[in-house]
Amino acid sequence: MSEQIEQALARKYEAGFVSNIESETFAVGLDEEVIRRISTMKNEPEWMLQWRLKAYESWLKMEEPEWAHLHYPKIDYQSISYYSAPKSMKDKPKSLDEVDPELLRTYEKLGIPLHEQQMLAGVAVDAVFDSVSVVTTFREKLEEAGVIFCPISEAVHKYPELVKKYLGTVVPRSDNYFAALNSAVFTDGSFVYIPKGVRCPMELSTYFRINEQNTGQFERTLIVADEGSHVSYLEGCTAPQRDENQLHAAVVELVAMDNAKIKYSTVQNWYPGDEEGKGGIYNFVTKRGICHNNAHISWTQVETGSAITWKYPSCVLKGDNSVGEFYSVALTRGRQQADTGTKMIHLGKNTKSTIISKGISAGRSNNAYRGLVQMGPNSDGARNFTQCDSLLIGDQCGAHTFPYIESRNPSAIVEHEATTSKVSDEQLFLCQQRGLDAEKAVSMIVNGFCKEVFKELPMEFAVEAGKLLEISLEGSVG
Amino acid sequence: MLKIKNLHASVEDKTIIKGLDLNIKPGEVHAIMGPNGAGKSTLGYVLSGREGYEVSEGSVEFKGQDLLEMDIEERAREGLFLAFQYPVEIPGVSNMEFMKESVNAMRKKQGLEPLTAAEFLKKAKEACKQVNLPLDFLKRGVNEGFSGGEKKRNEIMQMILLEPKLCILDESDSGLDIDALQVVANGVNSQRSPERSFIVVTHYQRLLDYIKPDFVHILADGKIVKSGDASLALEVEKAGYAWLGDKSKEAGA
Repeated sequence: MSEQIEQALARKYEAGFVSNIESETFAVGLDEEVIRRISTMKNEPEWMLQWRLKAYESWLKMEEPEWAHLHYPKIDYQSISYYSAPKSMKDKPKSLDEVDPELLRTYEKLGIPLHEQQMLAGVAVDAVFDSVSVVTTFREKLEEAGVIFCPISEAVHKYPELVKKYLGTVVPRSDNYFAALNSAVFTDGSFVYIPKGVRCPMELSTYFRINEQNTGQFERTLIVADEGSHVSYLEGCTAPQRDENQLHAAVVELVAMDNAKIKYSTVQNWYPGDEEGKGGIYNFVTKRGICHNNAHISWTQVETGSAITWKYPSCVLKGDNSVGEFYSVALTRGRQQADTGTKMIHLGKNTKSTIISKGISAGRSNNAYRGLVQMGPNSDGARNFTQCDSLLIGDQCGAHTFPYIESRNPSAIVEHEATTSKVSDEQLFLCQQRGLDAEKAVSMIVNGFCKEVFKELPMEFAVEAGKLLEISLEGSVG
Repeated sequence: MLKIKNLHASVEDKTIIKGLDLNIKPGEVHAIMGPNGAGKSTLGYVLSGREGYEVSEGSVEFKGQDLLEMDIEERAREGLFLAFQYPVEIPGVSNMEFMKESVNAMRKKQGLEPLTAAEFLKKAKEACKQVNLPLDFLKRGVNEGFSGGEKKRNEIMQMILLEPKLCILDESDSGLDIDALQVVANGVNSQRSPERSFIVVTHYQRLLDYIKPDFVHILADGKIVKSGDASLALEVEKAGYAWLGDKSKEAGA
């Protein structure tokens, strides 16, 4: 059977094309001068530059973490270019008609048409290409509701007070090595502000695309949901198929004020590298949200891409009765490695968190769940439920679970369940005996395994995620 | 329908089927009985093409085609159905979804349009009733948390939905109480037709009180050592399988 599964897993990466777009790209290397140049390119105010420089200063003193269950050659930070933007974006196009058609075609090929009339109704998109935001759709409609949805580079100019107030409050500049690097060199990303009591009228989404060679993408997203507001946000990511590894180090900060709710979903499909592990994106991401009283943050992620994934979307449950959720599907195949999970920090009373993690390993990949549940001294009546399930396909892959539980409050309740299973010969045989081919069978079994997580995704994307797994698993059966 | 000639088959280098001949015409019901370890289940697996079951000699013709040349799913799509003795669970995949895919795979082979969800649901509800399973079984994961009897009835429900040409029932009676046994038997009987054949593999005669076979074969040590009509099953019921000890040696000689 494993031979069959291997075939079904043979990869086909549909987003692997390169767009031929004239770009302005910095020479490789990183020093203070590069940071000043990025800031100049973005026309930033002095405070933003100073913020970056302080981050750079702390980064220089930090060391790359080595605790993750990941093996990769040392990253040479001086061989990466820290800024690349399509030339046509230099004089900010006023409307879609002025945007380079090749750029629009790129997104169309990826299934993200940027002309509003062709788009999924009810979804607003911010399209980030290498280091800049190309276009943000449906902005007028959102503005009517008082919702701010724009590139963060623009927010720095238009809403400096909001940005200053919240940037770096959830993920501090020197939080960790990759977050510090991001704080120094971040280029673009999305900024969202939902005013008090507003229910965002549509799904917001950002689509990240890396195109240039030897560039890193360092995006920064900041979402602030003011008291009693609701928002659902989705990000998607792809990159061309290249032999070299490329670095992606993002930071996402979520602020949910009292009674606010943020739902953040990710479908990550960066180029994973080839069968032998050549090429692929190194994905080192820091995502964290803070919940004030009665607030609710829900992270849902479907991770199928990247050569290396290092990410732990977390919730700081500061306010009483706040709720944190983490639903994750991580699929690794070929030589991919993932070390992913979450941190739930319970500070307030009666705080609740749920963690559902589904790891699927195939080929010669390694898939680790790493999670921390921390019950602080004042977290009276706090509860956590964790479920970690691993599914192995074939006999050359690995699944690992590293759960950490720290409880400093005797009334807090922490539950942890974990299972490991295999796609068995018997399951495959049953499906085939009922007329299904092996590929269909494996994708059905895997989808069944992920069901609890998929049901958390917004409707349109749940279908998308299912399809993505199907493509990912193509050829994995034999 | 099915012509098995001098079949030899092994599992992990151990020969289990040792020269088996069997001829089944459309509409016939053949019961295969025999002691444990005679190769009854192996026969079902070999015919359905399960991996690890190697055919070293002999031939099997199914509807005029060489069955042994076909993949597992090809055989299934040609109309060969195996009701499992111990059906495996597929967590998170609903029975409904699983069977709809399955039915549509068969329809595709026959050049028919796939059934819509509504069309399928209608058929599935009827089949559910026929085997006395509550409708919420359609929503539950395939065999997930089903009792032994529910799994067996679920297998029969699948058979009803797939409308196969040749049904192999692998000890569909084992572990069932008398009520469940009747449900299974009624399900099978409702599907009997001049175009459909059955191989009923069982250890006990009991099931054959409800599913009347046209032929009964006694399988021992990988060969059919005696064939007869339904009365042979009663004979076995009285005498047990002990007499086969000598018989099978004779036949082998």
